[in-house]
Amino acid sequence: MHGTRILDEADRLMTVCNSCRYCEGLCAVFPAMEMRRAFSDGDLNYLANLCHACGACYVDCQFSPPHEFNVNVPKTLAVARAESYAAYAWPRMLSGAFARNGLLISIIAALSMAAFILGFAVLNDRSVLFGVNTGPGAFYKLMPHNAMAALFSAALLYAILALAMSVRAFWRDIGAPIGGRVDGGSMFQAIRDAGELRYLHGGGVGCYNEDDRPTDRRKLYHHLTFYGFLLCFVATSVATLYHYLWGREAPYPWWDLPVVLGTLGGIGLIIGPIGLFMARMQRDPALLDESRYGMDVGFIAMLFLTGFTGMLLLLLRETGAMGPLLALHLGAVFALFITMPYGKFVHGIYRFAALVRYAQERRTAA
Amino acid sequence: MGSKYDVLVIGGGNAALCAAISARRGGASVLVLEGAPKFYRGGNTRHTRNMRCAHDAATEILTGPYTEQEFWEDLLRVTGGQTDEELARHMIRESKDILNWIVEQGVRWQPSLGGTLSLGRTNSFFLGGGRAMLNALYLTAERLGVEVEYDAEVIDLVIEDGMFLAARLKRPVKGETEIRATSLVAAAGGFEANVEWLKRYWGEAADNFLIRGTPYNRGSILKLLLDKGVQEVGDPTQCHAVAIDARAPKFDGGIITRHDSVVFGIVVNKHAQRFYDEGEDIWPKRYAIWGRLVAAQPDQIAYIIFDSTVVTSFMPTLFPPIAGQSVAELAGKLELDPTALEKTITEFNAAVRPGTFDHTILDDCRTEGITPPKTHWARKIETPPYLAYPVRPGITFTYLGTRVNKEARMLMKGGKPSSNMFAAGEIMAGNVLGQGYAAGMGMTIGSVFGRIAGREAAEHARN
Repeated sequence: MHGTRILDEADRLMTVCNSCRYCEGLCAVFPAMEMRRAFSDGDLNYLANLCHACGACYVDCQFSPPHEFNVNVPKTLAVARAESYAAYAWPRMLSGAFARNGLLISIIAALSMAAFILGFAVLNDRSVLFGVNTGPGAFYKLMPHNAMAALFSAALLYAILALAMSVRAFWRDIGAPIGGRVDGGSMFQAIRDAGELRYLHGGGVGCYNEDDRPTDRRKLYHHLTFYGFLLCFVATSVATLYHYLWGREAPYPWWDLPVVLGTLGGIGLIIGPIGLFMARMQRDPALLDESRYGMDVGFIAMLFLTGFTGMLLLLLRETGAMGPLLALHLGAVFALFITMPYGKFVHGIYRFAALVRYAQERRTAA
Repeated sequence: MGSKYDVLVIGGGNAALCAAISARRGGASVLVLEGAPKFYRGGNTRHTRNMRCAHDAATEILTGPYTEQEFWEDLLRVTGGQTDEELARHMIRESKDILNWIVEQGVRWQPSLGGTLSLGRTNSFFLGGGRAMLNALYLTAERLGVEVEYDAEVIDLVIEDGMFLAARLKRPVKGETEIRATSLVAAAGGFEANVEWLKRYWGEAADNFLIRGTPYNRGSILKLLLDKGVQEVGDPTQCHAVAIDARAPKFDGGIITRHDSVVFGIVVNKHAQRFYDEGEDIWPKRYAIWGRLVAAQPDQIAYIIFDSTVVTSFMPTLFPPIAGQSVAELAGKLELDPTALEKTITEFNAAVRPGTFDHTILDDCRTEGITPPKTHWARKIETPPYLAYPVRPGITFTYLGTRVNKEARMLMKGGKPSSNMFAAGEIMAGNVLGQGYAAGMGMTIGSVFGRIAGREAAEHARN
């Protein structure tokens, strides 16, 4: 028996599925399952994180409910996945953050936005906060660049450390060789599989959302969200290089690279999360881990808020609203960073690690 | 009086949907009546995984050619010649085009599943399994404008002089109604889930049979047709039956309760006696004889017995093997006579000749001096823990059916073809399968004759 009830159930299902195997062409979970005859906690957490929740195996399964075998792989693995996030969280004492995650994330977001507004108000006089500031260095009248850079670097570095420690625990638990180098081929394969969401695909027809027709657009919305996020990150990195290498200070004109990248990314970060949210609300509850509603929506909301405040800031940066909007945007980004290791963001990290492991296993088996 | 359709299809599985789609593509208005609720739609199709079709060259998913002639020889061997050659050869010829036609209806293929490599050349596997295949057919049918009703129990057929006029339908909410149609396609399966009917031929033994599919395959349409003058075909005791785990549910255990470990051990009955050569032939060619073999044993129970050395030689099983550190301990758990089981295993071990084990060919590991012999893959059972699976006959589908001609048209008693009644799938499988079975044949019969029946039914409705 396993450590938790959900892992016991996942074990039961994998035993059923391993004696059937009809779904092996749908995704990576079932071929990975077939490489095993028994399942440890780590194996099950690995399979849970390999699952992209496309729903095809539920619609295709002759044993899904109301059948007495009650096989519901997407839901079971969704719950196991969410529990694995808490189990591997670093530091351990913060693993409780995954329970009531939506509430926690909203509180942190509200607090950090309030802190930036208050901070600006306290540090600057009203004329600066609500004044019209344009031209290079306008943002830094509200908050000195070095302070901004230090604060956000610290937040990001903490997030990276916490995520690295968490994924290390996961990596060890799923039986991957620790210390051994990941071969380039497996890494490249995993980057491709993650980058194109190869397994969010229902085995070729698309995913299942509200009914038994594969019409799900989550893959598109996820691409918009993910690549939007990536573009925004690149935009910020380019701006940092501008600042330190050439002494060019933000804000930049609309045609300049950081603004173009940030705008494209921002559009993705607005449309993508809205689409994901709508899909989440329409989805057949049978496929969902409904108790994690807050975690799912909390993360989507944070991404949307980041994109939305960023775009507003761009549009209104030459008005008196710039000050408050900058505070809101920085608050959103700060909250996003520090909650990264304790919310839905981690799904990407664990899933990527699982894809690397899967690519390795395929190579070893071949 | 309800409305009138060109083609009425009774049944909701592969054969029924192929018929409905083919009739609709032929321009007919089509109503499908499925007796089961939506989740259980499709009868045995929901449990299938592949189809055996002839092909002259390897494809993306098939590893090599499987000619019409080879298919025919396989059919001849498994049925022991109990088949209608003209009809069977026609089916095999038509099966070649089904490989493409079924894809046009939205079904997707994949290479043979892990653990089934021996079928990789002959059988095309459905991506996602039989229910995925069925879902694709339903989506296509509905897109084309085929009407489908679930929980639609047909309680009577109005047939005059070999001509179908109407079906009486009982619906859970809307009550009884009559549905008229110009042509009928009966694709409602066999009677394997009707234990009372099985008892007419098997006696009380039928109580110990497990039914691999849904409880809805009661043969009520078959019975109505035979009672109203359609000629019957096939031996009523013949069916596709395999040995499945005795711990499986009475109905709908599907594929996962099967055992493919027979060739790795021995099989004994409740008296701890062996009763058949466990190493007769490559497993996929002979697995389907074990249902009948177990059915013929006392209390319809048997035990596959092997030892710890072969546990990983076959696919993992739903139910774990029952284990004992000694033969006597295992016998105790199985409620067999320990002395008898020890004697059987000791004699078997003593009869095993040295050889080179290879389960993929007919190897030279065999016994000498015992009856029955184990002619291949015989190795001593001597490494504890000793392990066992209890097995019972698991019936997939029965072969008693309606006689049809090459147009899938039913023949009446006396041999006259019906003017407007067609049959496809398990309800007429007995035309091709007099006995025996080879993997994937049921789906071939369903798709080929379903497509033909739909086409002919639409053609009749047009004229």
